[in-house]
Amino acid sequence: MPWVLPLVCMVVGGLAHADRPSVPDTLQQRIAACTTCHGAHGEGSPGSGFFPRLAGKPAGYLALQIQNFQRGLRKYAPMEYTVRQLSPEYIREIAEYFAAQQVPYERPPVPDLAPSFLRRGQQLVTTGDPALKVPPCQACHGKALTGTEPSVPGLVGLPYDYISSQLGSWRTGTRASAAPDCMATIANRLTPADITAVAAWLASHDVPADTHPQPAGSITPPLSCGVLGGQGGGT
Amino acid sequence: MKRLLWVPVVLIVMALAAWWWQSHRSNTASAAAEDPAIAAMLKDSSTIAKGRYLATAGDCTSCHTAQSGQLYAGGRLLPTPFGNIPASNITPDPDTGLGHWRFDDFWRALHTGVGRDGELLYPAFSYTSFTKITREDAIAIFAYLKSLPSIHEETKPLGLRFPYNVRAGLAAWRALYFKPGVYQADPAHPESWNRGAYLVEGLGHCNECHAPRGAWGGVEKGAQLSGGRIPGMDWYAPDLSTQAHGGLQGWSKQDVVDLLKTGQSSKGVAFGPMADVVANSTQYLSDEDLQAIADYLQSLPARPEPIAEKTSFDSKPLVDQGNSIYVQRCASCHGNDGQGVPGVYPPLDGNSSVLEPTGINATRAVLLGGFAPVTSGNPRPYSMPPYAQQLSDAEVAAVVTFIRRSWSNHAPAVQERDVIKYRHTPMD
Ligand code: HEC
Ligand code: HEC
Ligand code: HEC
Ligand code: HEC
Ligand code: HEC
Repeated sequence: MPWVLPLVCMVVGGLAHADRPSVPDTLQQRIAACTTCHGAHGEGSPGSGFFPRLAGKPAGYLALQIQNFQRGLRKYAPMEYTVRQLSPEYIREIAEYFAAQQVPYERPPVPDLAPSFLRRGQQLVTTGDPALKVPPCQACHGKALTGTEPSVPGLVGLPYDYISSQLGSWRTGTRASAAPDCMATIANRLTPADITAVAAWLASHDVPADTHPQPAGSITPPLSCGVLGGQGGGT
Repeated sequence: MKRLLWVPVVLIVMALAAWWWQSHRSNTASAAAEDPAIAAMLKDSSTIAKGRYLATAGDCTSCHTAQSGQLYAGGRLLPTPFGNIPASNITPDPDTGLGHWRFDDFWRALHTGVGRDGELLYPAFSYTSFTKITREDAIAIFAYLKSLPSIHEETKPLGLRFPYNVRAGLAAWRALYFKPGVYQADPAHPESWNRGAYLVEGLGHCNECHAPRGAWGGVEKGAQLSGGRIPGMDWYAPDLSTQAHGGLQGWSKQDVVDLLKTGQSSKGVAFGPMADVVANSTQYLSDEDLQAIADYLQSLPARPEPIAEKTSFDSKPLVDQGNSIYVQRCASCHGNDGQGVPGVYPPLDGNSSVLEPTGINATRAVLLGGFAPVTSGNPRPYSMPPYAQQLSDAEVAAVVTFIRRSWSNHAPAVQERDVIKYRHTPMD
């Protein structure tokens, strides 16, 4: 019965085929590693914000952060391993994917602090502290704190734990960016109590309706930042 | 009494060290002139271009460039069980690099593992393989290095403990494990095979990872390319024989070429240190050279059948638990039958990284996830989620044991205590 053989092959082939997953040819499918930690749309991990939100942050900023993990300027071993082989082009494409995601912000809880802390936080954000030579955060992060294209991220909707741990990383050297690293300067000028204050105020601040970053060129940074091409002055 | 026998040995070693230090200091004088015939070759643009290709095939950047450092300016620390060995600055900077080196100095380093000041070099520098490089190729590599921009970057101090920091102590090691000698073509084999052997055993230094090492870090005779644990790294580089019981049993020539060129093949994907080798080196090799490497690997002999270790450990409960984790977490990509999706997700059935004797690779692949290497043949690779944050050590042991013992796979189980160990190994 020579005709049986092809038939059996067809059946077996068909079965094997049904078993085989079909894979969508999308970027989201390709970057399953990233989305396991950061969420399918870059929404970040709920609550603690340990895996930071990526959605809606400026693409230039996100691409640079990924490269900073490759260069060892930012430290988190599993991230460093995941991104070590990515090319600049692929990084750009992935950054643009997350920058374009629109997901509502979550409001994770903020520690219960005395009102004086929140007042101090607001002061740092809006007017800074000339005695400590700390410029207002708004000067770079934008009037509405939604960031400035292409490389200054927004400070709205970030969880308390994330903001305070990032400022802490700049002080301990586990986060750095292109020199001169203005954020390292600022974080080192703040006292630990100031970091608590500013993180708490930012985390409890309402997220504005329009969270798009300000256009490029709309700020004059009061300190010189490597990522802003060193423009801006002050010490 | 007996315990004091080591004292004279230490004294001799210290005397040698002092001698070395003296000669080191007095020798840093200015460079003698280069032989004019060689000097002309060093300036020749086609020699430089050839040298660039050869330096890529030798993957010199992977060690001689620090994580965020300038190309070839050194600074990367190579971990060994005895401490770290920094790779040198090999740009033409006169004070901190090869600026004052003549070709003869370079040849001596590459071919005999002896530095410019006569000091013995550590075999973390792969000269046990590079000694096979021809003089002509060495001239081209030197010409290329000389054409690079000079970068002033002091080589970091040696991070080895006493007595390993005494270079003279390497003499004994070299007597046991190092035989200098340029590759000698075997006339019984065609040209392509010989080219492959030259690349694999020499320039490509595949044995640095793919061979077992004894307590002293040397490769035993006859053990070449038979697979081994990479010292200081905790990855397993598999046996490269494609014949019966070989680590790459069943790999066709095309599979080898595909893996080295694109980072993936129908049999598996390069990851960990092999992903770096593909991304920095082999993807840039010409098709003829990749074919030659495949020809050579295909000729490696069959290996003896592994003796099944008698164990009282019953892996059945582990396999059952692993099966349900696999169906939930893994089958959507790797398939219920472990066949993967061609060109997208690697098969796990018959995969050398799943089957290698230690289980390290599969365990770490599951903990770390990650992307196949980015190459021009696969510029936007797919990726696997890391499971370190989602699965406990016991669950990882279960799912890894399941994939090692399902379909046609029959590798030993991996236990929870193994996973605990690998969870904490550094990434590099
Ligand atoms: C194992 C979990 C994990 C994986 C996988 C992972 N990340 Fe991250 N990522 C983190 C954590 C945790 C941080 C915050 C590190 C820190 O504190 O600086 C982070 C930070 C980042 C940042 C900086 C965010 C900011 O606002 O400064 C970017 C951008 C990023 N990741 C992108 C990616 C991309 C793209 C991928 C995939 C290629 C990826 N990550 C994979 C856990 C992960
Ligand atoms: C001189 C300009 C400047 C000022 C002033 C400034 N920042 Fe920044 N900030 C930056 C830049 C640029 C970055 C991006 C750094 C990088 O590339 O890593 C940044 C990043 C950050 C981040 C990281 C956000 C993330 O998603 O990971 C935090 C948090 C932050 N700034 C807080 C502050 C606070 C709080 C203040 C006020 C006390 C402040 N910044 C003032 C320029 C500034
Ligand atoms: C596996 C890592 C590794 C690779 C690959 C490697 N090197 Fe090295 N190399 C080293 C280390 C480590 C040293 C320092 C050894 C010592 O201090 O004893 C070194 C030393 C040298 C030296 C001597 C420098 C000096 O100042 O004494 C030269 C020359 C050199 N390498 C050239 C090369 C070339 C050319 C290649 C590529 C064909 C290459 N290396 C590939 C690790 C490596
Ligand atoms: C989203 C798809 C996806 C899922 C889910 C997934 N993998 Fe993978 N897996 C991949 C990709 C892509 C690779 C190749 C890249 C790499 O090695 O990191 C891979 C590689 C591997 C490897 C190394 C084999 C090789 O040749 O590179 C092993 C082992 C493995 N996976 C096991 C598992 C196990 C066990 C699970 C479930 C716990 C799992 N995978 C879940 C996509 C996936
Ligand atoms: C720095 C160490 C290192 C060097 C050098 C190295 N390899 Fe590997 N190789 C590995 C490791 C680790 C693996 C296992 C991980 C994997 O499968 O990708 C591997 C796996 C492989 C595989 C099987 C890939 C798979 O998917 O199963 C092949 C084929 C291979 N290497 C060939 C070579 C050749 C040819 C050379 C020399 C040109 C070489 N390797 C040099 C570390 C190395």
